[in-house]
Amino acid sequence: MNNRLYGNLIFELSRKGRQGYTLPRNTYGSHTDELPASLRRQAALKLPECDELTVVRHYTNLSHDNFGVNDGFYPLGSCTMKYNPVIDEEIAALEAFAALHPLQPADTCQHALGLYYALQQSLAELTGMKEFTLNPCAGAHGELTGLMVIRAYHQSRGDEARTKVLIPDSAHGTNPASAAVCGLEVVEVKSGPDGLVDVADLERLISEQGPSIAAMMMTNPNTLGIFEHDIPLITQMVHRCGALMYYDGANLNPLLGVCRPGDMGFDVMHVNLHKTFSTPHGGGGPGSGPVGVREGLEPFLPTPRVVERAGTYSVETGDYEQSLGSVGCFFGNFGVMVRAYAYILSLGRENVRMVGPLATLNANYVKESLRDVYELPIGGLCKHEFVFDGLKDKSTGVTTMDVAKRLLDYGYHAPTIYFPLLFHESLMIEPTENESLDTLDAFIQVMRRIADEAKTDPERVKAAPLTTPIGRVDDVLAARQPVVTFKQMSHE
Amino acid sequence: MAKVMEGLRYSESHEYVRVEGNYGFVGITDYAQHALGNVVYVDMPEVGDEVTAGEEFGAVESVKAASDLISPVSGTVVGVNEALEDEPELVNKDAFENWIIKVELSDASELDALMDAKAYTDYTEKL
Amino acid sequence: MYKYFPHTEEDLQLMLRRVGVRSLDDLYADIPEAVRFRREYNLPEAMSEVELRQLFSEVSRSMQNAPLTVFAGAGVYDHYAPSVVQHIIGRSEFLTSYTPYQAEVSQGTLHYIFEYQSMMAELTGMDVSNASMYDGATATAEAALMAFASAKKADTVLLSGTLDPKVARVVETYAKYHGIRIGKVAARDGVTDREDLSRRLQAGGIAGVIVQAPNYYGIVEDFSGLSDEVHAQKALLVINSVAADLAVLKTPAEWGADIAVGDAQSLGIPMSFGGPGLGYMCCTEKLIRKMPGRIVGLTRDNRGQRAFVLTLQAREQHIRRQKATSNICSNQSLMALYVTVYMSLMGPKGLREAAELSYGGAHYLCEQLQQTGYFRPCYDQPYLNEFCMRYDGDVDALQAGCADEGFMAGVKLDEHTVMFAVTEKRTRDEIDDFVDTIKQIREEQA
Repeated sequence: MNNRLYGNLIFELSRKGRQGYTLPRNTYGSHTDELPASLRRQAALKLPECDELTVVRHYTNLSHDNFGVNDGFYPLGSCTMKYNPVIDEEIAALEAFAALHPLQPADTCQHALGLYYALQQSLAELTGMKEFTLNPCAGAHGELTGLMVIRAYHQSRGDEARTKVLIPDSAHGTNPASAAVCGLEVVEVKSGPDGLVDVADLERLISEQGPSIAAMMMTNPNTLGIFEHDIPLITQMVHRCGALMYYDGANLNPLLGVCRPGDMGFDVMHVNLHKTFSTPHGGGGPGSGPVGVREGLEPFLPTPRVVERAGTYSVETGDYEQSLGSVGCFFGNFGVMVRAYAYILSLGRENVRMVGPLATLNANYVKESLRDVYELPIGGLCKHEFVFDGLKDKSTGVTTMDVAKRLLDYGYHAPTIYFPLLFHESLMIEPTENESLDTLDAFIQVMRRIADEAKTDPERVKAAPLTTPIGRVDDVLAARQPVVTFKQMSHE
Repeated sequence: MAKVMEGLRYSESHEYVRVEGNYGFVGITDYAQHALGNVVYVDMPEVGDEVTAGEEFGAVESVKAASDLISPVSGTVVGVNEALEDEPELVNKDAFENWIIKVELSDASELDALMDAKAYTDYTEKL
Repeated sequence: MYKYFPHTEEDLQLMLRRVGVRSLDDLYADIPEAVRFRREYNLPEAMSEVELRQLFSEVSRSMQNAPLTVFAGAGVYDHYAPSVVQHIIGRSEFLTSYTPYQAEVSQGTLHYIFEYQSMMAELTGMDVSNASMYDGATATAEAALMAFASAKKADTVLLSGTLDPKVARVVETYAKYHGIRIGKVAARDGVTDREDLSRRLQAGGIAGVIVQAPNYYGIVEDFSGLSDEVHAQKALLVINSVAADLAVLKTPAEWGADIAVGDAQSLGIPMSFGGPGLGYMCCTEKLIRKMPGRIVGLTRDNRGQRAFVLTLQAREQHIRRQKATSNICSNQSLMALYVTVYMSLMGPKGLREAAELSYGGAHYLCEQLQQTGYFRPCYDQPYLNEFCMRYDGDVDALQAGCADEGFMAGVKLDEHTVMFAVTEKRTRDEIDDFVDTIKQIREEQA
């Protein structure tokens, strides 16, 4: 139960004179006032002053207002909320990794460089790419890096005119945003009624704009959870016009053990280690978004690079003439890589291959068990996830938002809602391979109960959630006059 | 049902212009504010900026959507509705009363290409 | 089946029947055979937990003298973090949750991010903060994009020559692809050449100026008058700082910055071979809607209670797509929790005491190194806890020798220059041992 006192802001628990730390005795004296006054902080530093137990209780209480994978089923579509193995945390916390300085001499961190290299190679094997950089810190960061690889490639051939990217209308919002940050213009490709890329529309766009197209970005299976089975044809069309294929690895999970982006004809891709390789999402980060390239594109990868020669690893930051540059100072989110590598080693080749099929089975099982009460706009087999377009019976006025909020009352995290934008009432469910039949059955039962409630007591569903620490929030109030710090709040 | 006001000129991207002499008051239509929902922010240009017919000059944001503002006319911005800085919700209260920018028109003939109230009513009914 | 797969044979049969397929393979009937992967992965076989632990403990043992006693920084610092920090981080309600989309079951995350934003705004003196970014380098690159987007016609961002070259390289990379021109301002005597900067500003077309305080060489530069000069050209001033240093140094707000960015690894986050860290970004209230990244705001729920929620989302990629302020769609949330718990424990007094200890240790080390006769300071400029020394011997040999004895002897800047850093974690004894080690190495070389 949440304790009201400790649930205040830490600033409100502060009392002047309390402290929550101990430091070694200072034998040097306080000398920062030797710095010229013009270089010193003048403003008071109004941070909280708290004792240790107050801090522990405050954050422990806050954690009770949260919901993680360890608390319950988290079918958040497109986010691949897998179980985060505890052993991976144990290994990442080893001092041998956590206490390393990124610039220490290479012969004192061979184990860490070796891990980077081995993970890079494992990802190459799992995806059919030639080489990976692990430096990008997240999926979107990987997309940007990958697009930079593509631009660097075209520029190396003197083909400066390629400034457009083809992106399906069902794509994740990060795809067009990454393209824009990379200085590329977005050309949207339509989806057909089957939810797949409309090949005729693609053909038209290519014939009209071919020489100005740098790449096509795709996720496969797409955001509807459907495999783009025309992919061999699509890659052929795009390659023929001189552009490259980019694979958004957000939906890689269902393909483990089944097929590889490299074999589908993709040239550049990113992997989300925090999705497919089970590292914790941490409330929104840190993630890791390694970028892989096919043979021939390695020269364009960013620096620093970890290089292996005769079993010895070194770091090269030097001048690779064709490298795109750098997207970070060091090796990206190394701590995340340790977890991902431990996960791959734990599963081993025999279990990795089961990930995709079991995730796909779970998703199809839930879909088939609910499609009589929820609107399934596109039938057939899905992969790791699928999208309902709200309740089948729209007459009750109960929306996807209401269903999502009601699920919270029953102890489930909500699915992804109102994405993809192709449907008005999108409800996107991704169960992952870690969920048992019992969990899925219980969830199905609750989803059906909510569909019933929508008919018998719609007002109750619209008022949900009723059992959570807070009710529905006023988004408009927050956005009109944003208050984003304690200081601003005190001025209110 | 969304209101349409007589005497104004309308664009397909749901901006209106109310002409007074050589000046045009540009805002979004009642239809547009309905579609957006609660407006939380209006991103406006500065006085002195040039706007071009058919080009973006700002944006209107609601909590879950954002829509670019496309100028129906060309000219120089001679005024912005500062009340919207603190009370963007005025756009929801009365979209026609609460214009967004005042433009000194550089080419009044552009107005001919815009719809009148009747044409705009027909246009929105088909959407 | 495997420990992470709960499917029994009966479950599988039941589920396949419900789906209407005969085998797991049939779930992929829509995938053309030509792109199916039909062989074994070339990966090791599954390892038991016992084997996994063994492997990694062998790996750790193979690392001699691990971990090193670090006398280096250059962006990553070996600070002390109270035990409570790691304990709170380990709570699975924080660790295993995702971005707080559903505010009703994410108040824990939203609440601490609001506290984080409040603390960073306080530390930098700025009005507002976002919910954090990947790291200091990318936050700086995002600031360059923000300056560029805020400018009407200006297309150039100036980088001080005393900006960390690793950060500069990231900014230049982003700029190159985004279509921003970069101007490099000269450095003189370890500080920004203000005359060169003025000249470039007056030439026009400048959208933003990025400087670092303390700068890459550890020097606390005097930026008096800079913000007026930058603002006169309608450009934005961006100051990059190591977060912990701002407890005692003049804040970006006090220098008149529009955007404050940098790395906050110095506030309770392990070095972890350079990541994950945390990039912070704070700015003036006026710029808040141009700021990239997630932002948590205050609001009320339908029961009248105080609540926190992700806000200003109309700037973001999931709504704006290619017109978003940035492509970033996450924050380093867990790392923000490190920083928040750390600052809650340390408070204003603890941060200042840590800075005093670091300052004292660094100046003590600098003196001791000079007394060996092998080193002299490169610059006669004020510094906090990081400084450059001219070494009269072979820097590589020095660093290798020190590593053999368990010390990381600074970061090599060139054949004759080493940059050292000291934090509150380094005791006077460690400093003395380190200096003795250097003397021994020299004696052996002689």
